[in-house]
Amino acid sequence: MAIQETPVARRLKTVKHVVIVLSGKGGVGKSSVSAQLALSLHASSPNVRVGILDVDLTGPSIPRMLGLDGHGVHQSSDGWVPVYADAKSGGEPRLACMSVGFLLKNRGDSVVWRGPKKNAMIRQFLSDVRWGELDYLVIDTPPGTSDEHLSLMEHLAPVQSKLSAVIVTTPQAVALLDAMKCLSFTRAVSLPVLGLVENMSGYVCPCCGEVSNVFSTGGGEEMARREKLTFLGSMPVDTELVTLLDAAESDRKNGGDDDNAASAEAEARSFELLQRYQATSSAKLFSTITAEVTRAVAAGMAKESGGEPPESG
Amino acid sequence: MIVTQRAAQATDPLSVPSNAPEHCPGTESEQAGKADACNGCANQEICASNTPKGPDPALPFIRARMASVKRKLLVLSGKGGVGKSTFTAQLGWAFAADDSTQTGVMDVDISGPSIPTILGIAAEQVHSSAQGWSPVYVQDNLGVMSVGFMLPSSKDAVMWRGPKKNGLIAQFLKDVDWGELDYLVIDTPPGTSDEHLSVVQYLKESGIDGAILITTPQEVALQDVRREFDFCRKVGVKVLGLVENMSGFVCPSCKGESQIFKPSTGGAERLAKELSIPLLGKVPLDPRIGKSADYGVSFLDEYPESPASIAYIDIIEKIREALGDA
Ligand SMILES: Nc1ncnc2c1ncn2[C@@H]1O[C@H](COP(=O)(O)OP(=O)(O)OP(=O)(O)O)[C@@H](O)[C@H]1O
Ligand SMILES: Nc1ncnc2c1ncn2[C@@H]1O[C@H](COP(=O)(O)OP(=O)(O)OP(=O)(O)O)[C@@H](O)[C@H]1O
Ligand code: SF4
Ligand SMILES: [Mg+2]
Ligand SMILES: [Mg+2]
Repeated sequence: MAIQETPVARRLKTVKHVVIVLSGKGGVGKSSVSAQLALSLHASSPNVRVGILDVDLTGPSIPRMLGLDGHGVHQSSDGWVPVYADAKSGGEPRLACMSVGFLLKNRGDSVVWRGPKKNAMIRQFLSDVRWGELDYLVIDTPPGTSDEHLSLMEHLAPVQSKLSAVIVTTPQAVALLDAMKCLSFTRAVSLPVLGLVENMSGYVCPCCGEVSNVFSTGGGEEMARREKLTFLGSMPVDTELVTLLDAAESDRKNGGDDDNAASAEAEARSFELLQRYQATSSAKLFSTITAEVTRAVAAGMAKESGGEPPESG
Repeated sequence: MIVTQRAAQATDPLSVPSNAPEHCPGTESEQAGKADACNGCANQEICASNTPKGPDPALPFIRARMASVKRKLLVLSGKGGVGKSTFTAQLGWAFAADDSTQTGVMDVDISGPSIPTILGIAAEQVHSSAQGWSPVYVQDNLGVMSVGFMLPSSKDAVMWRGPKKNGLIAQFLKDVDWGELDYLVIDTPPGTSDEHLSVVQYLKESGIDGAILITTPQEVALQDVRREFDFCRKVGVKVLGLVENMSGFVCPSCKGESQIFKPSTGGAERLAKELSIPLLGKVPLDPRIGKSADYGVSFLDEYPESPASIAYIDIIEKIREALGDA
């Protein structure tokens, strides 16, 4: 029986592993975990090639977080050319990014698309981007379990064996509730879960050093135990990380009307970004998460999320 | 060559029906019913015939139901997790603090409904009567409707595509038996998506009194709020103002203040100026807000003296003023 090869399958032939970052709840740190995973994978070996695809169509954060605001996407005979975060690093670029943010003329433009249009855009992202050879393609998703997620799973079905997911949550009950829904989603669509990250877990007061549980703590670890998921680690609240991912200092001083100047400046320091990231306390903690992700992916033993797929409502 | 795919510019989003295919030209366009995309679309016949398009059959019912609701407010934010649901709940509680004010809270976040948990009614179910679905009451004058009440288990994922979500929202707007309401506060999911379009579309005739935008101080949140503002402008919803949440943190141990989400680009203050909308206020980060939400108790009642409660009350007062209800 010949399986029909879809354009997505053809395009992703040169991609070894696809890691989808999910959460259910909004604002728990999917985009920052995706960005950190991409940076940290990039740093993990001098030849590893990483791609990051942002399928958050109405709230893309990846361009900003990787200091690539204001870049546009170019068309080549072989599809859309991704924007490389390390373009100015001297060597061959190996951190490729694609986001709807690169397609907007003004950064304040809203993308008001209903489901079918989103579906088409996601299909295009998966089939038309010239990633080239990639060891890892990290996919940042919007909150929820809706059109984007269903479309993603639908179009990625032909490469099911390459897929795995990382679930991000924060420790509060409202976030865990959505993380559970998200886990049910992965089970319903048979997406193997590599593990769970508890983000924004505890905060060290810069004045007195006291750890306060700003958003509570431990709930993610507890959920991982209960649901028999690998606990990938907890990331404390890191204010340095927020500022770093905000790409604050240089390129926004004049209200950012001047996108060209902004993007030139952003480019000049883009690989400084990795260096600056590696200087944060988060980077060290995150490298153990990355090591676990790489290990699990390589061993091809991404834990099946197990259990009975629940009925969706 | 730069790819010049302009998002959301091609068609007026409000004229693309929820069941239309990918490249629907919009029902108001010259091409309606005649474009390539129209082949096979369920609406093709209606769109192609030049007769005026029939309105959504739910509209008259929604209009009738909403006639007994005085004020309709939307709580919006492009960014996730900035505190929309928490703010909606405080707003509900604050309005309902006055015994003579009837308040309704409607949660249209279909894949991540938090309102039942935050208002402490997660275990409740919705009942239907001849008048429609009865809201769940937190207290006599505070009724709530959320998809959270309709799921068999809170663990289930709601994996619905747009059209199904739109159907539910229409039903929420026409079938919930709110009775007479002074305020209906609508909590929305993050983003600018089907839910938002549907709510706006369905309430267009009844009129939305205004939207409150919530943000946190850092740029990655502000950039999404800028998009949300653009959305409001496109669909003609008035923005009452902007609230900055999680603005500064006071250490419970040393009382020193630090910025967790540093306003690296000027925060909400700067954005409010840029967009010429009022900054309604700033609510500090207080771990007890998260705890109260997780336990489903009113933060305003539990910690009335806290700086966050004072900020909330002040903001709510400004909203009343902006509505002319003060
Ligand atoms: N460990 C952390 N410590 C402090 N701030 C963090 C941490 N992780 C993420 N953040 C910040 O929190 C905010 C929300 O994170 P992020 O944008 O990654 O969440 P998200 O889940 O992608 O949100 P959305 O649902 O809107 O897509 C960002 O400003 C980010 O920089
Ligand atoms: N001022 C605050 N201080 C501390 N915690 C807060 C504050 N405001 C909200 N929170 C907590 O932050 C988390 C996110 O808030 P909430 O769920 O209201 O955001 P949301 O914008 O509705 O998220 P979503 O986009 O997922 O719908 C919750 O756990 C909430 O309790
Ligand atoms: S027939 Fe054409 S214009 Fe009408 S809804 Fe369908 S796609 Fe849109
Ligand atoms: Mg994100
Ligand atoms: Mg919410």
